[in-house]
Amino acid sequence: MVKTQQALAKAGKSRAPVTGTALAVRKKRSFAADLYSTAVGKKYAMAISGIALMGFVLFHMIGNLKMYLGAVELDHYAEFLRSLLYPLAPKGAVLWILRGGLLAMLALHLHAAWSLTVLNHQARPVKYQSARDYEVANFASRTMRYSGMIVLSFLIWHLLDLTFGVVNTVGTENTFVKGEVYANVVRSLDRWPVAAFYILANLLLGMHLRHGAWSIFQSLGWNNPRFNSWRWSFATAFAAIVVVGNVSFPIAVLAGIVKM
Amino acid sequence: MKHLTNLKLKVWRQDGPDVVGKFETHIVESVSDEASFLEMLDQLNERLIGENKDAIVFDHDCREGICGTCSLMINGRAHGPQRATTTCQLHMRTFSSGDEIVIEPWRAAAFPIIKDLMVDRSSFDRIVESGGFITALTGGAPDANLIPVPKPVSDAAMDSAACIGCGACVAACPNGAANLFTGAKIAHLNVLPQGQAERFKRAEAMVNAMDEQFGSCTNHGECSAACPKEISLDVIALMNSDFRKSKSKNRKQLSRG
Repeated sequence: MVKTQQALAKAGKSRAPVTGTALAVRKKRSFAADLYSTAVGKKYAMAISGIALMGFVLFHMIGNLKMYLGAVELDHYAEFLRSLLYPLAPKGAVLWILRGGLLAMLALHLHAAWSLTVLNHQARPVKYQSARDYEVANFASRTMRYSGMIVLSFLIWHLLDLTFGVVNTVGTENTFVKGEVYANVVRSLDRWPVAAFYILANLLLGMHLRHGAWSIFQSLGWNNPRFNSWRWSFATAFAAIVVVGNVSFPIAVLAGIVKM
Repeated sequence: MKHLTNLKLKVWRQDGPDVVGKFETHIVESVSDEASFLEMLDQLNERLIGENKDAIVFDHDCREGICGTCSLMINGRAHGPQRATTTCQLHMRTFSSGDEIVIEPWRAAAFPIIKDLMVDRSSFDRIVESGGFITALTGGAPDANLIPVPKPVSDAAMDSAACIGCGACVAACPNGAANLFTGAKIAHLNVLPQGQAERFKRAEAMVNAMDEQFGSCTNHGECSAACPKEISLDVIALMNSDFRKSKSKNRKQLSRG
């Protein structure tokens, strides 16, 4: 009992002074920096960068559907991306601005995820010593950081494969030709391990997207009984559309529907 | 009245905050199925005291599910397997004879273990102290219906005010976040007319107080599922939205002060 009282006294001593609802004059910072310094603000950053990256994966998938129209159409589409707003802007300028924005969003997403993960680990330094019995947390929500990391590693491979062409020719005798998008894709996905990695990464991306797309609404405080029931439907539909579109490409190549 | 026999209890024992703890196994030979979970522990404690051993320390007070003092992680679930039920209202009929029941304290950096299954939840008090109130002038009580409150609004406020501050949300959260608790305390006042004057100061102060001690939300929904008062995740969205608005509204007020 004495020990318990000592523990209580010790716990009492660690209490910090409180501010009340008096407005505390905080360190002067810009709105964004001030918001980002808190965990709730970092979730805003996660959500906003998530929306940008969702926009990218959706339009990337839609653009790639040109594959089914043949080599001329797909290569023409790639050229269109490079000459966006040309001749108003120099060739490739707009594309690089978009790429810069995406890289910044990706960096923000990763930094917020990293710092929130560190915070969460600090919030429970001693784990539960017995098995947890989760009621509603699903596999997707509990593996966001792992599905995210696998998708990131796929992204790096994907860029080396089809943008830089470094790993495009591994295992084949063909060469990578910049601009021949259709041929490069067919050559790459004809290798079944590459196609398998492609499919796996996209399934994980779908899982990541479903939980992420729903979470956006909560993180940004978009909550209204009028549309709350649609939030899961939206997330599921979005993830399904992206996954079905993306996974169809390696399958189409392996099945010989999309061929040289 | 039936009796459950031969229950195998694995109970977390820890002498103090900075001591290494361990599971201790006790067999409960027989207990009425009408006993509450805490009464079952009482019986075990009486036996332990009779054997001149240390009783198992656990939090409890009203034992009718409204005070928020009892806790316990039972078989990996906060407040045990039954939804919308505090540990004191959990009855032994939920279990069967011969079951193994694992009992652990809440685990979070903000909830240090005092002894065995008892944790210090004053981190919650610090969040409430930072803004979970309204500043009202003292004096004669105002007329009851002086401030009109629409029925749906008072219902929404009551749904949030149902929070008893037991800490199950933090305990159940894989990240040790207190967003559901803080959201409930913010929503409770922020939807009512009486709470409007300090609405955004409250949101900012309480989220900052929460931030200093707890983890962050990843929208699993475990908190709401574990909540004995079934507080909805909607309060977290309201908190996030009011916190964002506070960043510009409070700045505006400061520059006019």
